[in-house]
Amino acid sequence: MRRLLCVLPLAALLASPALAAPAIEGPIVRQATNWTAIAMFAVFVAITLWITRWAARRTRTVADFYSAGGRITGFQNGLAIAGDYMSAASFLGISAQIFTDGYDGLIYSIGFLVGWPIIMFLIAEKLRNLGRFTFGDVAAFRFRPTPVRTFAAVSTLVVVIFYLIAQMVGAGALIQLLFGLPYGYAVAIVGVLMILYVLFGGMTATTWVQITKAVLLLAGASFMAVMVLASVGFSPETLFRRAVEVKTALAAQAGASPEAAAARGLSIMGPGNFLKDPISAISFGMALMFGTAGLPHILMRFFTVPDAREARKSVLWATTWIGYFYVLTFIIGFGAIVLVATDPTYLTAKGGLLGGGNMAAIHLAHAVGGDLFLGFISAVAFATILAVVAGLTLSGASAVSHELYATVIRRGQADSAKELHVSRMTTLALGVLAVLLGILFEGQNVAFMVSLAFALAASGNFPVLLMSLLWRGCTTRGAVIGGSLGLLSALVLMVLSPSIWVVVLKHQTAIFPYTSPALFSITIAFVGIWVFSLTDRSPAAAQDRAGFDEQEVRSETGVGAHAAASH
Amino acid sequence: MNADLLARIGANPKYRQLVRRRRRFAWLLTALMFGVYYGYVGLIAFDKSVLARPIGSSVISTGIPVGLGLIVFTILITGVYVVRANGEFDRVTREILEEAGA
Repeated sequence: MRRLLCVLPLAALLASPALAAPAIEGPIVRQATNWTAIAMFAVFVAITLWITRWAARRTRTVADFYSAGGRITGFQNGLAIAGDYMSAASFLGISAQIFTDGYDGLIYSIGFLVGWPIIMFLIAEKLRNLGRFTFGDVAAFRFRPTPVRTFAAVSTLVVVIFYLIAQMVGAGALIQLLFGLPYGYAVAIVGVLMILYVLFGGMTATTWVQITKAVLLLAGASFMAVMVLASVGFSPETLFRRAVEVKTALAAQAGASPEAAAARGLSIMGPGNFLKDPISAISFGMALMFGTAGLPHILMRFFTVPDAREARKSVLWATTWIGYFYVLTFIIGFGAIVLVATDPTYLTAKGGLLGGGNMAAIHLAHAVGGDLFLGFISAVAFATILAVVAGLTLSGASAVSHELYATVIRRGQADSAKELHVSRMTTLALGVLAVLLGILFEGQNVAFMVSLAFALAASGNFPVLLMSLLWRGCTTRGAVIGGSLGLLSALVLMVLSPSIWVVVLKHQTAIFPYTSPALFSITIAFVGIWVFSLTDRSPAAAQDRAGFDEQEVRSETGVGAHAAASH
Repeated sequence: MNADLLARIGANPKYRQLVRRRRRFAWLLTALMFGVYYGYVGLIAFDKSVLARPIGSSVISTGIPVGLGLIVFTILITGVYVVRANGEFDRVTREILEEAGA
């Protein structure tokens, strides 16, 4: 309550993997302690710990630990993937953006959705057919394992760490906003629970925690959307007309002329200032589309299902749930304009939202369901971070134990028990690291870190994966150099872009003017892979190319695919 | 995994046909998805007024059914692929594997 953080930590989490939407930034004001929300969260924790105990009994081998022994069905995996995607960011951020700007929030959410069919058409089944636990398995199928797996491990860890920092700092902001507890509590709670889930329950616990959260969030959001529609007699026309009236009245109150106020009111029905120039628009679209296809904690989920058939089903279910969720947030955002923006209970003296701009959906939860439902939605919003962080940590741990330890250090000679041990130690180390980074970055502007993670995944993992699967001529050298160039250029361009160069480093103008580096860094990665493969005339390169036929037969038919068993 | 089996599968004309057909289908759908999405983004980048225009006397703008339609389209196009892949393509794959004695 007393504490006004003048930085934008929540924006990190709510972020905009590419564009920091203006609506989702702003100061965080710690709220009064919300005991209902805390109690609801305690119930969620109890359920997830019970799940972890159950999962721990089924986690004996590395296959159990990394991929839940392949026992997850397509439907369940679809829900878990959707859960990874329906973050506190999408829920609070997108509904807040719709609350402020209307239609722009829809454009934003569509950008998140369209990557899924592309993943399905180009990589999902090949990934499942070739890989065992990590995307490095796929890249290393015909390439020399040491360089390729080193690259896979480094790029996975880089993406995971940036994403983790954003989540930890975001958790700290959310706990002040939703529970009215201090920042440090969030970092400690998230750190300890995440370590417990992953350490004991591995992928089985991580998946079921994510499924539990996804179901709760979908149920809560559905309830809110139905209540909003009920309040306008289930007439979309009435909902939108009232929203326009509210926005017009607010603009008039702020001193706009009647014409200007009417224009402002109507502006929520069409595209506004989001996506300013075409280059940023395309670059933003590419970061979202291909970043999704390169995020290690998402790719890892394809190995938890028994075969390619179930992998396809998981993508369809994930797309369906995510699409449904975005329709709900659209209704929720407009509902908040009608029910929250006009109610003085939720407003500050100046007419802003109590607790900051991100609170639209939270206040709406109170408006339609009272204190109890407010507590429920707050608890689910916080639980979201836990579930995502667990998945991230697991993929980071697998990069160290499966790529670096088992293949690079032990040359494939490590036994399963030893690998599992290394994986658990890494989980512990990553958990402690996440807590330390969360404390270190308190109060820092980390809004760019999720965007950076998406851009890195789109420029490193994705081009390497796609080229190794589809292009016979691709060689180890091309993949490693091209992928590294993509990673490096994404990192450098991001530092030079407005979100770091101007916002964080306080320079006057950005050297790189666009909001997302993806268009450029992805191009650099593909060109790099192409050039360095084409010019590779070594005997090893010939061997890489010769492996393509076998890889193709396996990836197309699933013959010899790891049947999710433990060996 | 014996190299013999892989070679037998690779030599089967049915296999070549499956790969060709699936690849053509996947790229067609990819192109369709790209076209539709970047058409939408392009419309926003170059002429916002089209999507802001109200439908008839309603306050609802063209952009709302277009945007929600795009979400539905994304789900449907994913579904179209799954139906064909889990039906026709998987059936042919099974036949190929049986013929190769896998």
